[in-house]
Amino acid sequence: MNWADLNLMPALPEMFLLGALSVILILDLFISDAKRGITYALSLLTLLVCAVTQVSTFEPFATVTLSGMFVDDPLSDIVKVAMYGVTALVLVYTRQYVKDRGLFKGEYFTLTLFALLGMNLMVSASNFVSLYMGLELLSLSLYSLIALQRESGRAIEAAMKYFVLGALASGLLLYGVSMVYGATGSLELAKVAQAIASGSANQTLLVFGLVFIVAGLAFKLGAVPFHMWVPDVYQGSSTAMTLMIGAAPKLAAFVFVIRILVQGLGEMVADWQGMLVILAVLSMAIGNLTAIAQTNLKRMLAYSTISHMGFLLLGLIAGNAEGYSAALFYVIVYVLTSLAGFGILLGLSRAGFECETLDDLKGLNGRNSWYALLMLLALFSMAGIPPLAGFYAKFAVIQAIVNVNLLWLAIVAVLMSLIGAFYYLRAVKVMYFDDVQDHSPITMSGDMKLVLSLNAVALLVLGAMPERLIAMCVEAMKQSLVVL
Amino acid sequence: MSFQAVVFYVLSLILIVAAFRVVTAKNPVHAALYLVLAFFTASGHWLLLQAEFLAIALVLVYVGAVMVLFLFVVMMLDINIEKLREGFWQNFPLAGTVALVMVAEMLLILSSPEANLAGFQAGPAVAADASNVRELGRQLYTVYLLPFEAAAVVLLVAMVAAIGITMRKRADSKYINPAEQVRVRRNDRVRVVQVQAVKPEVDTASDTNEQQA
Repeated sequence: MNWADLNLMPALPEMFLLGALSVILILDLFISDAKRGITYALSLLTLLVCAVTQVSTFEPFATVTLSGMFVDDPLSDIVKVAMYGVTALVLVYTRQYVKDRGLFKGEYFTLTLFALLGMNLMVSASNFVSLYMGLELLSLSLYSLIALQRESGRAIEAAMKYFVLGALASGLLLYGVSMVYGATGSLELAKVAQAIASGSANQTLLVFGLVFIVAGLAFKLGAVPFHMWVPDVYQGSSTAMTLMIGAAPKLAAFVFVIRILVQGLGEMVADWQGMLVILAVLSMAIGNLTAIAQTNLKRMLAYSTISHMGFLLLGLIAGNAEGYSAALFYVIVYVLTSLAGFGILLGLSRAGFECETLDDLKGLNGRNSWYALLMLLALFSMAGIPPLAGFYAKFAVIQAIVNVNLLWLAIVAVLMSLIGAFYYLRAVKVMYFDDVQDHSPITMSGDMKLVLSLNAVALLVLGAMPERLIAMCVEAMKQSLVVL
Repeated sequence: MSFQAVVFYVLSLILIVAAFRVVTAKNPVHAALYLVLAFFTASGHWLLLQAEFLAIALVLVYVGAVMVLFLFVVMMLDINIEKLREGFWQNFPLAGTVALVMVAEMLLILSSPEANLAGFQAGPAVAADASNVRELGRQLYTVYLLPFEAAAVVLLVAMVAAIGITMRKRADSKYINPAEQVRVRRNDRVRVVQVQAVKPEVDTASDTNEQQA
């Protein structure tokens, strides 16, 4: 490697993020608790600058740099910009909540930004080593974010479970990667793909490694039968951390899967398709059926996440650009929707009170009809009811599946989403037709109210005119997958 | 027999004896010291393989850090050795069988024609001044620059998280600031009060009352 060849421009946003992060880390030591708002503002500013840098350095083709470790392509750009936005929303939504619980500390912000850096790396990695480093950076930050609430036994238990199972999943993934390395002789995704295409790789070893890799990825996505950590971690963590785990990391995990399965092991599509079909069907079935039995909203949304991951896998199963871009659209819409849903739960919670069971939503319409309407939009979008964005997301992946003649899978998906509609509608019924039990006023800061409203309205707007975002997803997938 | 072979056999002999003594030594401190010897001899083997970086790392990390920590723990804790050694000879036949099976397996693999040991020739001879450390450093800071930096960030996260999770300022903690303690003067602590000597009149009064009663 020659230093003159070193092109750091594609990694500019990451470098800025790391630099700003270090500055915030040091600066925060000199800020008193009363002025912690400065750290908050600086974190938001960092996210803004990152997004601006990302957009201004956009190029409609893939650039591989740092000795084939890092790739900057339209897919990573679109997902990274989405992640900056999502992280900013998370910070805005959780500000009052973490303040009330004594978590409004410097570590909260720095660990969030560290997690973002890890996600950026996952999204932009083009080598198994850098993929894994990004994943570990994200996971470690998330474990410790949950454990920051150390007075809560439930949060510590959730962090511990997440940590142990996450380590197991990483182990499975690495085991699979080592077998793929043994078969192909390279860790670079492009070279792995080349070796498989040339037929020089040992097929048995590759398929064996693939099984472990798919299991590890399913763990990270939370797909059945590797889903058992999801409900416990979602319920045990404070709602702020649940939102943190459920939002941006899903975007990163999706691109992570695309990089490994499509760009690295794309030649083995016939092998992983079958495994993903099992994961998808089980996730949709068990996620939706178990969610019906839940009375805890966070647990219910956790099972709903599992079923959504099943839908996401449908797009990958299609195995073509149409399916991948439908899945990209799906995951972006899903993250926006869950942000709105959890945002309402955060807004309804206050010091000493957690809004997390179905009963807490009783008669929300009578207390504040605007929040009830926002929650209604989020729930309808999750259920996939037109004209909300969730409908088009489901429509796109099912269409992709039908186009590759997997009609039975499409029918299963539609049936499952019908079953799923039940528990979303039950929450809506509780909000609109039950009597008010809790008369305490809902206090939400002005900025949060505004952002939350915009977020929920965006679901409606995206549902009414999804063409632009869909076109962007299709274009990004086309340009990114062609090169590798 | 070449000089290298002699060194190899001598080191191996020491290594095997040391490893055996680790499990048979009666005193845990002796066992730990034999383990240090075993590590040290193993690093000699690395040197024979021209892997000087691994040799140094083994000495620095295992002998220098891990084993010293281990020795501290062994010396600080009052371990009942007799209890630990209970059942040692009872389990010995089983442990010995396992060890024998492992040796047999290794011999079988090494002697099997399927293993094709002859196919694995020694690598090309390297120049006398070739440096493993330099090569590793070059790889780490060029090809693996990104993962290396990411690993550094992961360590930073571990530090931030460890401090964030464990550091707590307790309102009721009674810690002492040594600087303040040193600066203290006699006047801060001791107040001399002038007390006038008074006759205990009340007592005498009660005494007379008692006498009257």
